[in-house]
Amino acid sequence: MANIISDETIEYVGILAKLELSGEEKEQAKKDMGRMLDYIDQLNELDTEGVEPMSHVFPVQNVFREDVVTNGDDHEAMLANAPERREDSYIVPMTVI
Amino acid sequence: MDILQYTAAELGKKIKAGEVTVKEACEAVFARIEEKDKEFNCYITVDREGALARAAEVQKQIEAGTLTGPLAGVPVAVKDNMNTKGLRTTCASKILEDFVPSFSAEAVRNLEKAGAVIIGKTNMDEFAMGSTTETSYYGPTKNPCSPEHVPGGSSGGSAAAVAARECFYALGSDTGGSIRQPASFCGVVGMKPTYGTVSRYGLIAYGSSLDQIGPLCKDVTDCAIVLEAISSHDPKDSTSLDRTDTDFTSALVEDVQGMRIGIPRDYFGPGLDPEVREAVLAAVELLKKKGATVEEFELSLVEYAIPAYYVIACAEASSNLARFDGVKYGYRAKEFEGLHDMYKRTRAEGFGTETKRRIMLGSFVLSSGYYDAYYLKALRTKALIKQAFDKAFAKYDVIIGPAAPATAPKLGESLSDPIQMYLGDIYTVSVNLAGLPGITVPCGRDEKGLPIGMQIIGNCFEEKKLIRMAYTYECGRRKEGAEL
Repeated sequence: MANIISDETIEYVGILAKLELSGEEKEQAKKDMGRMLDYIDQLNELDTEGVEPMSHVFPVQNVFREDVVTNGDDHEAMLANAPERREDSYIVPMTVI
Repeated sequence: MDILQYTAAELGKKIKAGEVTVKEACEAVFARIEEKDKEFNCYITVDREGALARAAEVQKQIEAGTLTGPLAGVPVAVKDNMNTKGLRTTCASKILEDFVPSFSAEAVRNLEKAGAVIIGKTNMDEFAMGSTTETSYYGPTKNPCSPEHVPGGSSGGSAAAVAARECFYALGSDTGGSIRQPASFCGVVGMKPTYGTVSRYGLIAYGSSLDQIGPLCKDVTDCAIVLEAISSHDPKDSTSLDRTDTDFTSALVEDVQGMRIGIPRDYFGPGLDPEVREAVLAAVELLKKKGATVEEFELSLVEYAIPAYYVIACAEASSNLARFDGVKYGYRAKEFEGLHDMYKRTRAEGFGTETKRRIMLGSFVLSSGYYDAYYLKALRTKALIKQAFDKAFAKYDVIIGPAAPATAPKLGESLSDPIQMYLGDIYTVSVNLAGLPGITVPCGRDEKGLPIGMQIIGNCFEEKKLIRMAYTYECGRRKEGAEL
């Protein structure tokens, strides 16, 4: 069973993944993903009827803690990592015109 | 004796006894790095200034008697996917080239509380995605045992730094074998604890349901000491477990009398290098002589672990790595038209090939129409794999096999065929899927002189059985006069 990845699929996945791929990268991605999915399709040999999907190994659920601030004011250290900032704000391209 | 020959535990004792100062230990490491790291490239960042300042502070506390633990004053290297406050943390990616965290990972903080001195940040595969440390933006690390070979990965820099004596021990992280496999390739001891034992707070996430931090050390004793120091229940990590049995050093006992070892036939089948097979079985023989019982069995489902792993890990990665968008930290593309174009170009320019490949696959398997067929199918497979281990651990205390199908490949041989590279994870990934602890201990060398590692796998929460088994083996090998 061979998976053929179409141009539309790669285009769509590129949008989901937020990656601007070059023409060459798209061709490579089509091949890579097709081969990988062929390989992953092995899982279809397994009968998983009635098996619950296991996201976590331990049944730990609803871990709560008190909503109390414990950290100090780190805003300067955090803003120092901004690619672009103005005073206490991050600068981003215009989003609403 | 050369300071660098000491294990972490030995150095800690010498420092406590006043025979070696913390500064001397650090200087010895920096001299070694100066001499060797141009060739091996174990480190992305070396923090000489910070380490020496910290060394002076720790020395005072040791002398004042306020720091008394076994790791006080001992220099450590930290994999570059763990945040270190004020010290650049890159994840071996261009996208985080200038990132300086405002906080430290909980595991790092725990080490600092124990008096550790951080020497620097070690090289790795970009975002821990790889098995060779060749996908790093900062160049590959070389295997100190044989520099034309890879050190394994993704914690290749940490394993190589320990093997090259460029630190006394190191922290790594293991999502699909990233501690155990490089430990095997570099001839050091590496351990991945039960999922949830070490806090993931401040570990830059790859596959959150699989990631665990663990030690890479010169011997089993150091491994138990370090694991004991970094384990903690952390309310900042909702998957962190509240364990009261983390006194791992209590398991450093040379006795495996009556312990039951299971040997999965499926771990010794076709595809396994005969020299690796022989070395691991010889190690099992030693444990048998020490009184353990050994039995072969069928684990089953082994071939399904890799496809299930790559679906789950890539799905989680595609979500976890969405945060790298050029807004709050990291690289931002210089030219773009509007917000979305900025995101897409930033990520396209900032991530390397393997990272993009995994983000694409992850985005696909989570997309509408494919989610059930791939993602849920993989989670169901994971449940079956866990059941297979549960069945095995009803009969055996530990399972023993190789850590990898072969010894370290040569540099440049692995990346061209991703699936072939992924197959190298066959003996390690199922341990992460089932949340189990696993340890790799050196058990010999092949004809080329490359190290071979034995992997001991335990049931959840049974690290102590692993440590006891590994320690007994190591004592036995030392008595035989083998150089470990």
